[in-house]
Amino acid sequence: MAATMFDAPRLVITRPLLQARGLVKRYGRLTAVDGVDVTVYPGEMLGIVGESGSGKSTVLRLLNLEEATDGGEYYLDLPEYDGVNLFDLDRYHRREVRINQIGIVYQNPHLGLRMRTTSSGNVAERLIMAGERTFATLRRTARESLAVSEFPLDRMDDLPIRLSGGMQQRVQLAKAIALKPAALLLDEPTTGLDVSVQALVLDTLIRLRRELRIATVIVSHDLGVIRTLADRVMVMRRGCVVEQGLTDQVLDDPQHPYTQQLVHAKL
Amino acid sequence: MKLAELAAPRQDYSYGFLDAFAKRELRRRMLKAIAIPGYQVTYASRELPIARGWGTGGLQVTLSLAGPDDVLKVIDQGADDSVNAANLRRFIARMTGVATTTDACRATIIQSRHRVPEERLRERQALVLQVPDPEPLRHVEPNMSRAREMHADADYALMWLSLYEQLVRFKQFIGGASYPVMVHQRYLMSPSPIPRWDTPTLHQAPHLTLLSAGREKRLYAVPPYTDVYPIEFADVHFRVESQADRVCANTGAAHKYMDEVPQPDGTSLFRLSDTGYAEKLIKRLRGETVKIGPTYYDSNGEFYKPGYLKSRDGQDIEL
Amino acid sequence: MTILHVHELSKRFHIHQIEREVAAFDWVSFTLHAGEFLLVRGPNGVGKSTLLRCLYRAYVPSAGQAMFTSTAGAIDLARAADVDIMWLRRSEIGNVSQFLRPRPRVSALDLVAEPLLLLGHDWETAQREAREWLAAFGLKPEIWSAYPATFSGGEQQKVNLARALIAPRRLLLLDEPTASLDAEARAALVERLGQLKARGVAMIGVFHHPEDVRGLIDNELYLAPPDSGSRRNGEEYANVAE
Repeated sequence: MAATMFDAPRLVITRPLLQARGLVKRYGRLTAVDGVDVTVYPGEMLGIVGESGSGKSTVLRLLNLEEATDGGEYYLDLPEYDGVNLFDLDRYHRREVRINQIGIVYQNPHLGLRMRTTSSGNVAERLIMAGERTFATLRRTARESLAVSEFPLDRMDDLPIRLSGGMQQRVQLAKAIALKPAALLLDEPTTGLDVSVQALVLDTLIRLRRELRIATVIVSHDLGVIRTLADRVMVMRRGCVVEQGLTDQVLDDPQHPYTQQLVHAKL
Repeated sequence: MKLAELAAPRQDYSYGFLDAFAKRELRRRMLKAIAIPGYQVTYASRELPIARGWGTGGLQVTLSLAGPDDVLKVIDQGADDSVNAANLRRFIARMTGVATTTDACRATIIQSRHRVPEERLRERQALVLQVPDPEPLRHVEPNMSRAREMHADADYALMWLSLYEQLVRFKQFIGGASYPVMVHQRYLMSPSPIPRWDTPTLHQAPHLTLLSAGREKRLYAVPPYTDVYPIEFADVHFRVESQADRVCANTGAAHKYMDEVPQPDGTSLFRLSDTGYAEKLIKRLRGETVKIGPTYYDSNGEFYKPGYLKSRDGQDIEL
Repeated sequence: MTILHVHELSKRFHIHQIEREVAAFDWVSFTLHAGEFLLVRGPNGVGKSTLLRCLYRAYVPSAGQAMFTSTAGAIDLARAADVDIMWLRRSEIGNVSQFLRPRPRVSALDLVAEPLLLLGHDWETAQREAREWLAAFGLKPEIWSAYPATFSGGEQQKVNLARALIAPRRLLLLDEPTASLDAEARAALVERLGQLKARGVAMIGVFHHPEDVRGLIDNELYLAPPDSGSRRNGEEYANVAE
């Protein structure tokens, strides 16, 4: 659909909140991501699907500014970063963007949480990083954020290591949204959870998508999750996007041979 | 065969034991440390006739600083008369020819382990603190290269996170000695294992404080009149150890930092930790004339800079 | 006022695995006005539902145009940007399908209220309207807060209809909405559709039993099987309105 973006008249004139162009990432001779564009509008959830090694998680890590790119531009439509290619920022300012404007939920909670710091402390850390130094405010905001991600507040001071997988993901989510970021990145957020727990987490994500109006990118190999959550889908294969479009359109009327194969393998 | 035949003939050491190059390097490092308050400067820690961990860092700084006109005081946990303090004092005196004293007001160089004197230090005095572990981030970031990066970015969020955790779990700050401080609004610094009682004395102090870790090969400094603030929340404050209801059994002094002396009957006696100060008080009790300087805490336990300590009593933490 | 003008719209599926092109429909043209109800007729497998899905852009049309008059301007549904389609789906084009897609752990009431929340209505309003719609289709109030995954086909369809119709639309795509409904719910649906139509909502419907909605139909579009020689599908659709 990319070709039609420019010649068709446009109704929605909002600018994309998150826009990355020509992402490239190489590991030695392997090109993990090869010229990928990502565009997400406010309140929109973009799904990235593809098999293991297709580069979808690498795209997410690039968008999280946690790895250096080998090419590409990355913009967030925010007044303070107007026209600033985030890849050009130095380490200090990149950290500032990551703290204030990007939240991430990893598949593996060990990557996103301090297992031996209380759950509320994990959320409070975000606020501390942004400069908050009032204990009462830290408590209040951590509590609010955990409540939004539907974490049981009577357990807010438990260590994540004592929590179930679903609860750990909620703590990650609360931490990710604590500062109301522009972009929320979800890396297989429900993989490995029980089906019923998965449903609860999905429901929370749907509600957040509706309420927060942020740009969300979700990476998953589970097409059911993608169908439930994502507004649009990008299909990746060998570091490239082979197809993208509205979720139901890509899943119900896939155009590319690879997508057809993927969809039929999963349904 | 006699031992003397096996040993090399006795030779004189350089002035101050260390060779000229070592002293020059140390002085340069000290100047750098003074220029960047709170910043840890690496140096090539020399071998000394005492073991690492017994004050070699402080000793090297003192040996590089001392001149024949200096007056030296050495403190070990407040005491001038412990074996360690006595050995260091004798060694430095022999190697530099400095005079020695137990009076904090008379000394020009005070090398100390774990305490700051009760009497206020003045300009032209140098306090040399022995440091076992210079890195205040060690407890929150075991990876030292990562910790150095955090210093570079002034990214001390993890310290406040640890304060947060302390409040959530214990409803109070549990940090004892080595309570981390922000120096000159820039670097987080470990003030060496001085009690919290002594931490405020470093703030806007007229004297120079040099801190040196021989084993870790790092030294850092708080120049005179530099801001030093213990880390705390805007609404939950740093507190010093309460010395209320403690009276020195030897001198009758109160509201000073006390050592607890357990008694056979299960009770405790208290004694001034600062023996140099106690000595002067006793002299005065005996009727001798003795010049006692103003102290950091007055007889009511008020710190000499009003408002610096925001909280003396416990706060109720609402979780 | 013209709501939709479809010009020579075609849909072909290319199935790569067997290297075959399967035609669904070819050369469909028609015009739809505000408040008009168009019935799509034709033999089984002729691509009636596919046409609706193409207009909803769940399928990508292979050729032709579908000019839709949105409140924000005219746009070709066949080529519009995804973000525009998303906006139209949220606010102007409704799709009433045969099946509910229940989401685990989401109650019937919340599922129905959701489209209003997406449009920015507050929670109370959305819940109140959701209750009204569920009541209108005769879903027993005691199961409103239950999860529809456990419902019977008929009950699920009532939830589905309520969810599809709750938000105001300019164009409704009806894909056999009466299929599993009891007579009472069918009557409620027809009544509701009639009200919406009177308010100017344009509708395109596919019905197994067109007599269910007899009173609503203004025009009929007959789809011939593809490649049957009829190069001008729907060029001459019958006007059955009295």
